[in-house]
Amino acid sequence: MISKEEIAHVAALSRLKFSEEELEMFTPQMDDIIAMAGQLQEVDTTDVVPTNLIVDEVNVFRNDEVEKMQTREELLKNVPETKDGLIRVPSIIDKEDDNQ
Amino acid sequence: MNYLNESIDQLHQNLVHQKLSAKELATNTLDNIKKTDDKFNSFISLNENAPKEAEAITEFDTPLAGIPIAVKDNIVTTEMKTTAASRMLENFVSVYDATVVSKLKDQKAVIIGKPNLDEFAMGSSTETSYFGVSKNPWDHTKVPGGSSGGSATAVASGQVVAALGSDTGGSIRQPSAFTGIFGIKPTYGRVSRWGLIAFSSSLDQIGVMTKRVKDAAYVLNAISGHDERDSTSSMREVPDFTKALNKDVKGLKIAVPKEYFEIGVSDEVKRVVNEAIKVYEENGAIVEEVSLPHTKYVIPTYYLIASSEASSNLQRFDGIRYGFRASDVKSLADVYVKTRSEGFGDEVKRRIMLGTFSLSAGTYDAYFKKAAQLRTLIKQDFDRLFEKYDLVMGPTAPTTAFGIDAKNDDPMTMYANDILTISANMAGIPAASIPAGLASDNMPVGLQIMAQRFDEEAIFNAASFYEDYSKFYEKVPSEMEDK
Repeated sequence: MISKEEIAHVAALSRLKFSEEELEMFTPQMDDIIAMAGQLQEVDTTDVVPTNLIVDEVNVFRNDEVEKMQTREELLKNVPETKDGLIRVPSIIDKEDDNQ
Repeated sequence: MNYLNESIDQLHQNLVHQKLSAKELATNTLDNIKKTDDKFNSFISLNENAPKEAEAITEFDTPLAGIPIAVKDNIVTTEMKTTAASRMLENFVSVYDATVVSKLKDQKAVIIGKPNLDEFAMGSSTETSYFGVSKNPWDHTKVPGGSSGGSATAVASGQVVAALGSDTGGSIRQPSAFTGIFGIKPTYGRVSRWGLIAFSSSLDQIGVMTKRVKDAAYVLNAISGHDERDSTSSMREVPDFTKALNKDVKGLKIAVPKEYFEIGVSDEVKRVVNEAIKVYEENGAIVEEVSLPHTKYVIPTYYLIASSEASSNLQRFDGIRYGFRASDVKSLADVYVKTRSEGFGDEVKRRIMLGTFSLSAGTYDAYFKKAAQLRTLIKQDFDRLFEKYDLVMGPTAPTTAFGIDAKNDDPMTMYANDILTISANMAGIPAASIPAGLASDNMPVGLQIMAQRFDEEAIFNAASFYEDYSKFYEKVPSEMEDK
């Protein structure tokens, strides 16, 4: 049985946060899903090579050529906050860190 | 105008003989969508500029010239926003077109609108869409399936003649089955994924949904082929798929897996699909029962692999460079957490969580790696069959379309619905769904046809035969009948 604390830990790794109420809902659902995934343990996969991708080509090469695609203006079009042609974000260093 | 009785060939003739202009066609298409979309909710965005774009098309030297086509809203376009049906991308407008979109434009097709889907293509009903559920044209109280449910509704209700979808575990085939249309997921690598918002990169594939089989062949011709920008796209020659519609089934070797008539498959689906397969047999195909022994493991295998890849692919949605950014945040870490917690819906969160769990230190070997090994066994089951058979056939989905809200509370019942479609993505093979007939609830049932890698022609041939026999395209969905 997966615990609420374990789910909260996975959420932190996923950069997600759940309210207590959401944790109550997600935990049993995740437990069911993980239990279902556990069924795979009954299959003997000794020496079975994992498949991650099914393609013909192993390596694909191309010439390293400069290609003009989008302008800076276009690329910044979808940025939530910009300033002077740059992406604006909240301060990265906490005030407390600053004082150390 | 409404496309229920149209085909690309017919529309092309009308355009060539100036019975209507491309501009009129685009205008009429938009008008009809606006008139009917309150009922179906097929579209998230429409291209209001389409008539103007169409006006420039005066030479109809390609089959798709002037033909309005819908593009699932997880495929990026410059004319319209691309939302992936998520709050995260509610106002996102791409600065480039996906390769498939550029290819359609090269053929002078007109991109008419962006159909609804489950958020980030994660779902089997369109119920996880931030923009609300689409309604099945055969019964508006039922889901159209998903994730390409808006594309399915748009085609089945005659809003468009063709739509692009994407298929990671059945997202083209299951909604095609639920709404009584043809839908094909080509071989992994046949169509470039550049510009398709990534869900599970080793499984995702763009494909086509139409009423008529030949129309899908035209569109697949246009979008297939190698693309420098997608190194997994195949260098193989692309055949002319419209030349494969030979309706020739004599001597065709068809494998029918017994597992596809067991786990949770309704009696009505079994009956309708068995009757369809019998038609092939009566016309000279050799039909044999076979076994795909790992079928019972495909759901956990799929959900582990797809969610793991998704948890990695969706890391990019962090509120910095594009998309939604939560307000009232104090630090950078807060931006990430708050943006993602407010921007993603519950199903997307579940998958990110499952993926993160399965890729974590301590669980990786038991979950992600184990699933990748199972994927090998699932693929080998198919490899063995294709040594002896040309095609594999069975139902597309275990049941007909279910009611809106019927499976919403329990993700596990929703996942179980994908059991028959997942394997084709696992094995990278092409697979299609063609209407087999109607069940006793008067809802369509899909016959699934799978072939070897890069043998879409075998699917088109077999599908054209059954289409010609059943003429299912003549049936009018119940919600479309004049009352």
